[in-house]
Formats: sequence, structure tokens, C-alpha cells
Amino acid sequence: MIVAIVSLMGIGLALGALLGAASKWLAVEENPIEAELQAMLPGSQCGQCGYVGCAQAAAALARGEAPVTLCPPGGRAVAEALAKKLGVKADLSAHEEKVPQYACIRPDLCFGCTRCMAECNVDAIIGATKQMHDVIADLCHGCGKCALVCPTQGIEMRPVPATVSSWHWPKPRRAASAH
Amino acid sequence: MKIFDIAGGVHPVYRKELASEQPIRALPLPPRLYIPLQQHVGALSVPIVAVGSHVGKGQVLCVRQGTLSATQHAPTSGTIVAIESITAPHASGLAQETIVIEADGRDAWAELPALIDDPLAADPQQIIDRVAGSGIVGLGGAIFPAAVKLGMGKQYKLDTLLLNGAECEPYLTCDDRVMREHADEVIDGARIMAHALGVKRILIGVESNKPQAIAALQRAAGADAGITVVPVPVRYPVGYAQHLTRIVTGRETPAEHRNAEVGVVTHNVATAHAVHHAVRYGRPLIARVVTVTGGAIRQPSNLEVPVGAPVSALVDACGGFSCEPRQLVLGGPMMGQPLPSLKVPIVKGSAGILALSADEVVEARERPCIRCGSCVSVCPCGLSPMDMAALIRKDKLDAAAKLFVGDCIGCGSCSWACPSHIPLVQYFNYANGVLAEQERQRRKNERVRTLAEAHALRVESLERAKKEARAAKLGEKTETPA
Repeated sequence: MIVAIVSLMGIGLALGALLGAASKWLAVEENPIEAELQAMLPGSQCGQCGYVGCAQAAAALARGEAPVTLCPPGGRAVAEALAKKLGVKADLSAHEEKVPQYACIRPDLCFGCTRCMAECNVDAIIGATKQMHDVIADLCHGCGKCALVCPTQGIEMRPVPATVSSWHWPKPRRAASAH
Repeated sequence: MKIFDIAGGVHPVYRKELASEQPIRALPLPPRLYIPLQQHVGALSVPIVAVGSHVGKGQVLCVRQGTLSATQHAPTSGTIVAIESITAPHASGLAQETIVIEADGRDAWAELPALIDDPLAADPQQIIDRVAGSGIVGLGGAIFPAAVKLGMGKQYKLDTLLLNGAECEPYLTCDDRVMREHADEVIDGARIMAHALGVKRILIGVESNKPQAIAALQRAAGADAGITVVPVPVRYPVGYAQHLTRIVTGRETPAEHRNAEVGVVTHNVATAHAVHHAVRYGRPLIARVVTVTGGAIRQPSNLEVPVGAPVSALVDACGGFSCEPRQLVLGGPMMGQPLPSLKVPIVKGSAGILALSADEVVEARERPCIRCGSCVSVCPCGLSPMDMAALIRKDKLDAAAKLFVGDCIGCGSCSWACPSHIPLVQYFNYANGVLAEQERQRRKNERVRTLAEAHALRVESLERAKKEARAAKLGEKTETPA
């Protein structure tokens, strides 16, 4: 009986020590949560968060240097998902006001320089040299980079209009007094 | 025939007697009709007529985009005066693209598609195409393109067509009147639909408080052994497709699945009526029966209304208001939506217009939940409304989703039963709306990612090609002197 207890305890301690040591020696430097966070971000590398791309933004998030609300195109959904993953409470009150936008080219100002087309990383702008360009509004994710490079300032960012099919009921307002 | 039971359900005051004995009469043609491009579930239809052009009655105005969409037709002959954004018959009160027709008063038919010789022997696809081309959507309120449902015979193993004549919403009597007055046409439409689906058995579920409708349908069906009219118990919401299926066949549709997966396809009786007209006469869906009723309506009526008629024209045809209406509702009192204005048009999915007087509207203040469990016992979907609402109130939508808030059909039984007047169903509509929006956003993000990756690959390959070309050129240059 005692022999069994002692020997099993010995084995347990030895294996525990081995595992403890292994976790120190064989530790992976990279934060494993980074990849998961990157998968949650839109992945369009738009740079609106101030980082070079989504990978860098994910790294900053993992280090806790960036707020979960950093991604404007991702919107509230991404912010909530990130907050949940990181176990932080996100202050989404300010975030809500940012409505999704899309780029709109003013036909009278576009002279077909193709600069915006080169800038768009989802290929949402169509056109050709010296031909007027247009934005496929459905594909545009509102990064606004095309508007910055337009030499005639002929691209404006407009809020995506609410439609009957995208509308939903608001949250019921609680009665002021319960009694 | 054996009747099965469903969980929950309520017995609201039906008040169908206001309009049930009023025969269907035609609405005088209004001078202008407003036809929204979206009157159905699915993709927007695309206009193919120009402003200023003249159209005949039944002429195609906008064509469907893809399969899950519906074509719209001119409800009368006249001139297209505008294609503009006007307020939609929708709770949001948002505007939507609408074609405005000024009627010329002649009401002359355009050239209609050729008749199908013997529909009951025709190729099912021919019938499905005709139904799609006639712009028919589910007239029970779900406005789902009927042709899509008729094509389900190819996808699923079906054995029953279930016609829904339950009309369990209080006040509404339009289906009742259609069944009483057009029973032969409904039965013929049902036979055509059953042929298109490739099923032999037709069941027609009608709430037992409509004995005349049941008798009329039985008379029209005659000795046909394939058709059974099933009186179902009077209880809201037995008319919900999944619940009616359960009641008459005993088969339960799994959550988030289609009825067709248990071998049943449901269609409203008014849809069958529309199919009859489309297949037998080539007439598209350009009118429907609408019940105009409520304590504030002088003369409650069932009107045959061209699609696009403004609600005010219907109210006028019913003698106007007898008192100031406290609430205007589009649809039934349980699942209907507030009407944004009297100017909005009637669309294919509008079954009723209610003008409720003050004594028909409950305006009690919300009180705290006393956890009595009334909502749980009346929920026809077996959900726990009080728990879900408490979570949604605290913005814990994911937790509510885990309690299957997505299975809520929005019938409103819980709100009706709640002694504390908590707007339970509004919480679920809100939660489901937000969850759907998040899902849309997630899909959009996914697509953006795919596009961005494809773009990056292309840019990279272009650059590589450029580099190679440059290297080749350099190579050539160094080679030439030697």
C-alpha cells in the first residue's frame, strides 16, 4: 500500500517536473492568440487603424496596445468579437456612431487617372485610363484610401443608406418607473 | 382525420365578425398606383420600363433578379409617370424605389403569355416558370416567391401539398372570403401546384371557425380522394406553416430547416387562387383581397385591390373613419406592423388594414416581470421568452441566441399573455435583427478578405512578371554587344 502510494507519487512528481521544465524550455515566443485575432479582422490591409496591415494590428491587440474598436470597416461586430476573445469590456458607445461608408465618384470631377483604382485593394473600382471610373458600392468596404489619392477630390465617402431590408426593430425602451 | 397538437398558443378576441360576412368587392380604380420594386423576399426586381412610356394591364414592369426574387406587373393600363423613392408600407417608414403609374381608365390588358393547354398534364417546369413569370409570392404574409417553393420537388422527397387556410390572425377575413367565393379556383390552383410539385396528396387546413369555407372547399373538391379539407382547432398561431404542418401531419420541422424536409410544402389558399389565374388565364398577380376593418372603420369590408393602390383609397371605399383611429396597422393585430402613413401603397403581402379604436388598443404601462411563466406556457415554439428578454435587455444577445431566440417566429403570443405588459416579442425582433446584421457584416468582412487576398496575389504576380520582363530585356542588352 505505502509502496504503491510513494511510487505513484514519485512518478507524478517526476512527470510534473518534466512538464514544468518543458513548458519553460520549449515555450513558443509568438503569442498564439495573434493568429486568432488576425482571423477575426477583415483582412483587407486597409490601414485605417494606423497599423500597416491586419497582422500588425492583431499583434498590437494581442500586446494590449490597441483598443478593440480599432477597426472601422469591421464595425461593431468585429469590435464585439475581439472584446470577447480578449476578455475585455469594450466601450462601444463611441463606436456606434461610425456608420459604414462607401466611396462615391463624382462624374464631373473624374478624368480617368486610375490612381484610385490602383489604391483599391478589393478591386471595387472599375474604369480605364481617361475613362470615368465608378465604384461597385456592394464591394466597397469604406477604407477611404481612394478618396485620399484622388487629385481632384472627386471621391466622397457617403454613409451606406438604411434600406427596408436592412432595417430592424430598435431595442424596446424600458418604462421609466417600475412601480 | 387525426389532428395532432402543438405546444402553446393563445385565444385572442377574434373580432372576425366585423368583416367576415362582407362579400369581396372591387376597389374603384385609384387614379395613381405605386408599385414598389421590392414586394417579396429576395433580390430587388429591376425596372424595364421608362418614365413616360405607356403600359398595358399585366405588362411586366420590372423583372426578377435571380431565382429568389419576383417580377412586378402593371396592375392597370396607363402611363409611367415616375420611378422614385416613396415611403414603403413597412414599420421603418423608410423610402424605397417605386414605379408610379397614372391610370388611363381603360384598364386594357396587355398581351398575355400563351395559355398552357392542359396544365395538369404539362411539364412541371412549365408551370413553375409561369408562376415565376407571373410574379406570384406567398400571399399569407411571408411573401416568399411561390415558384421557388414549387420547385422544391426536385430537391426534396415530398408527399403532401398543404394549403394554408387557417387564417388564425384576429380580424382578418380575406382568406375566408376567397375560400367561400372562389373555392373552385382555389382547388384548381391546388391541383396545378400539386402537379408541379409531383405530389398526390393535398391537405387544406382551415380553422374550424370558418364552417362556410370548409363546406365550400369540400363541395369544390367533390369526390377527389386526393384532397382532404382538415378543420383545425381555433388557436393562434395554428396558421404558421410549421405549426399547421405539425397539426395536420404530426411531422415536426426541425429548427432552422424547411418544411419540405419533412415532405410537406405549404402554400396559402390565396396563392393557390393566384396560381389558378396565372396558369389558366395567363394573368399575373396584380391584385389581392385585403380586409379593411377595425373599430374605427365605418364599414369594414373585403376589397379586391390592385397592387399599388394607396391605403387612403381603401379607407375611403369603406366609408372612412367612424372615429379617430388610435392605431393603424398593416396586417393582423398580432403580427402586423404599424402603418407609417395612409399614403403608402398596398403590396402583394398586405392582407389587412386595421384602424383600431381606443377601446381595442391596450396601452398599459410595462411592469417588472413576476416570473409567472405565462409566456413560457403559451410559446408555440417551446422557448422561454422571459429568460431571453432578460438577457436581451442586458445586451447579452449571444446568450439569448443560445436559448434559441432565432427560432422565435414573432407571433406575439408571449406579449399578449404577459400580465406585466412587457413587450417581449419586440425584444426578440430586435435581437434577431441585430444578429442578422452581425451575420451580414461577418459575411461582408469575409468577402472583403477574399477580394483583398486575390488582389494581393494579382499585384504580386504582375510585379513578378514585370521584373522578369526587365531581367529578360537586360539579358538581351548584355547579349547584343557580345
